[in-house]
Amino acid sequence: MSERAEITLTINGRTYVISVESRRTLVDAIRDDCGQTGTHIGCEHGVCGACTVLVEGEPVRSCLMFAVQADGKNIRTVEGLAKGDELNVLQRAFMENHGLQCGFCTPGFLMLITGVLERKPNISDEHLVEVLSSNLCRCTGYQNILKAARWAAAEMRRH
Amino acid sequence: MTAGAKETTSAWVGRSIRRLEDPALLTGRGRFTADLPAVHQVRFVRSPVAAGRIVKITAPDNAYIVTADHLKSMKPIAPALHKFGYVSVEQPILASEAVRFVGELIAAVVASSEAEAEDIADEVLVEIDEAAAVIDSRAALADGAPLIHHHVVRNLIVDGKVETPGFADVQMAAHRQVQLEARSHRQNASPLEGRAGHAAYDLVSGRVTLTCATQMPHLMRTAVADLIGMPESELRVVAPDVGGGFGQKMSLVPEYVVLVWLSRNLRSSVAWTEDRRENLVGSFHSRDQHIRLLGSFDADARLVALAAEVIANIGAYSCYPTTGAVEPLMAMAELPGPYDVRAYSCVARGVLTNTCPTAPYRGVSRPVITMALERLMDLAAAQFGIDPVEIRLRNLIDEFPYTSATGLVFDEGSYRQTLEMAAKALDFPEFRRRQNLARSQGRYFGIGFAAFSERTGYGTPAFAARGMGVTPGWETVEITMDPSGFVEVRIGASPHGQGLRTTLAQLVADELGLTPDRIKVVHGDTDRTPYGWGTFASRSLVIAGGASVLAARKVNAKLKKMASTLLEAATDDIVLEGGVARVAGTDRAMPIESLARTAYHQSHLFRGEIDPGISESATYDPPGTFSNACHAGIVEVDTETGRVTIDKFVVAEDAGRIVNPMIADGQILGGVAQGIGNALFEEIVYDENGNILTATLADFLVPTSREIPPIDLLHLQTLNGTTITRSKGLGEGGAIGAPAAILNAINDAIAPFGVAINDMPATPQRIRAALRHAEKQHT
Repeated sequence: MSERAEITLTINGRTYVISVESRRTLVDAIRDDCGQTGTHIGCEHGVCGACTVLVEGEPVRSCLMFAVQADGKNIRTVEGLAKGDELNVLQRAFMENHGLQCGFCTPGFLMLITGVLERKPNISDEHLVEVLSSNLCRCTGYQNILKAARWAAAEMRRH
Repeated sequence: MTAGAKETTSAWVGRSIRRLEDPALLTGRGRFTADLPAVHQVRFVRSPVAAGRIVKITAPDNAYIVTADHLKSMKPIAPALHKFGYVSVEQPILASEAVRFVGELIAAVVASSEAEAEDIADEVLVEIDEAAAVIDSRAALADGAPLIHHHVVRNLIVDGKVETPGFADVQMAAHRQVQLEARSHRQNASPLEGRAGHAAYDLVSGRVTLTCATQMPHLMRTAVADLIGMPESELRVVAPDVGGGFGQKMSLVPEYVVLVWLSRNLRSSVAWTEDRRENLVGSFHSRDQHIRLLGSFDADARLVALAAEVIANIGAYSCYPTTGAVEPLMAMAELPGPYDVRAYSCVARGVLTNTCPTAPYRGVSRPVITMALERLMDLAAAQFGIDPVEIRLRNLIDEFPYTSATGLVFDEGSYRQTLEMAAKALDFPEFRRRQNLARSQGRYFGIGFAAFSERTGYGTPAFAARGMGVTPGWETVEITMDPSGFVEVRIGASPHGQGLRTTLAQLVADELGLTPDRIKVVHGDTDRTPYGWGTFASRSLVIAGGASVLAARKVNAKLKKMASTLLEAATDDIVLEGGVARVAGTDRAMPIESLARTAYHQSHLFRGEIDPGISESATYDPPGTFSNACHAGIVEVDTETGRVTIDKFVVAEDAGRIVNPMIADGQILGGVAQGIGNALFEEIVYDENGNILTATLADFLVPTSREIPPIDLLHLQTLNGTTITRSKGLGEGGAIGAPAAILNAINDAIAPFGVAINDMPATPQRIRAALRHAEKQHT
């Protein structure tokens, strides 16, 4: 298992050249090789969605993708959402609507919703519930995450 | 009763201010245990069989592996309980001879990366002489069952009994008896962050810092130091951001003991991050109970006597500090619930089996006993031909303080009112009309109620009654105002999602006339905070909040005394508000931050009458309080598939004074979602050999956004509670009431088929099995 490949990941606009085993998952590469620990690992079998990041704009469970598959790709993670200390509209929406408690699943939800709203700013409520069911949260009971997503969508449409 | 009352003196309490915790968590700057780099990574080798004796452990050449042979000087985990015939059992940190459940720790592999450690662990061969395992608690009690620990007769670890005088006479004289057999299957709290530990040795001081996902950092320090035999002062425990706990992270885990031992031996840093399979297989389980109830009612449908038998499967070992007796004993103490029943008899047993140890999970036993008791109420209502609201109104306690059959003292609550609110919100009579109409069209809707109490914020008297070797309960809070006038509140409680940094800041802000952003709550670090018991049992806002207010009042008194000297006015005339100390009714005032500066840098002005600096502490150890709620839901059961859809769900709750309504609502919403999961989906399944069949989140199902309906919240605030803040805890209530309400609604829906479901979770398979049974009976 010691064959290694040199790959390039672009995370939030910054380039990381790293050497990884072919079996290394993208989430491990993001966290351990690139030091971006905002993306969390909840199950490592693709159910909980805590590790969701955007790869070329598409929400991806980074525990189910190998790092080598993301070679040369643009990746966005939770660290890239705010401008310095200024929260973006979705982050504000989570704060305003109490869409997080322990905060462990939050980065995954933020990236999932970001990916979806960028493509479908007029997403229907029913579809939004369906999309949110991709990820698991054990604290909030989802209601406030849903409210936050709606709130952000409305704000984004207004601007 | 002062629903919605305005507190004239509160600038901050009662407001939904946004959480001070959020910005870091929203930007990826949260710091969770697994985010810390370590020199060494650990992978544990776990038992693949439920029972047997280890014959031989063979590791690959050059592997760094730790087994029980290396830990001979280490004490086993052996929590104590001095009542109810509790039999102490010992859990070795690593299994030395016997293995007693699938997932038990056998060895620790240390390597430079997680991947390498996993590779090596896969090559460790463990030869085990397998023995017969017993998985079900009732089977474990039977004659001739294998003994999990040879000295524990019938595998009975605790045998609680209580009976009120003259019980049998009351029971015999009753008009009608209603029986129920209920079953709560095994569940796992499943916080999104599993367990994780990181132990780092400091070469200069010789101290170890254990950073770990715990709800109880101080007790973790005591326990780990005791087991290793090291001075407690050489260990620092840090609970950083913790990704949910729900009770699962309040017990001592042997993995952390191994990490601290390793870091001392290696004089380096070591880390372990549990994977989901380990969490589902080898962390803690709960709620595995059989309950039998026999309710005796008088002719007016009043419950006059309640007999109960509780058998709780506590797994292969007893968790520290509560012991595995926590579930059966909590059931025994609280089974009569919010009903005025004077004659009570209960046998509550904790039984060892070859399964993962159980430990507290949000609500501890009460989701199960509430489900059983509320099912009994519905069954009785049907037998008396009255509706479920009516039977509850006839039985709910309504005079306070009320002393229960088991001696619990209920402070004032709103049991009847919340029930009536919930029934009104669902328009109960109208629902019955729609229900009948739908039935005629082949659709099956049902309504279910759950009225319950939530015992919260209890201190040492309540824990002492259980006879635990460790008696938790009080909290100490230290408050320091620094020379710049900013305030640090150091607490022994250890929040992990509850927003306590915000709510305590609100409480202290009101006491000191400051804004919450000037108040920083410090928690989760044994070097920085006073000894305390952590966050569990809906206690922190009540107890740490009460201690915060007491300490803040001392700071308030000192600030006023200083201001009285500097402003030349009587102390009683000084008020603290809006960041200034003012002589009431005048414009003579000075900023509180000037007072703070003076306290440290100009203390000579007080001529020795006031000590320099501003630092106070206070301890609070309350007897406990009961919040209450009624949950009610409408469900539709698809009789073809057994699928349950929740149409409506309403919570009418009363937790006294609410410090931050947004955060309080969040606790309820999250609790209800967990309760819905408990009611419908979540189940750890063992096969007959003790292998877990639900070792992934694709098998152990927790609800998603699709399964959780909008939940309507209705509030009352009974402000006559006995706590300092007049707040009552509410962290667990959501999970306590929901399973009962859902089960009752399902049963109401399928009532025309003449079958009942008294098992949680009520999975589609169970519902279909019941309906098939009904179909057979009718053919």
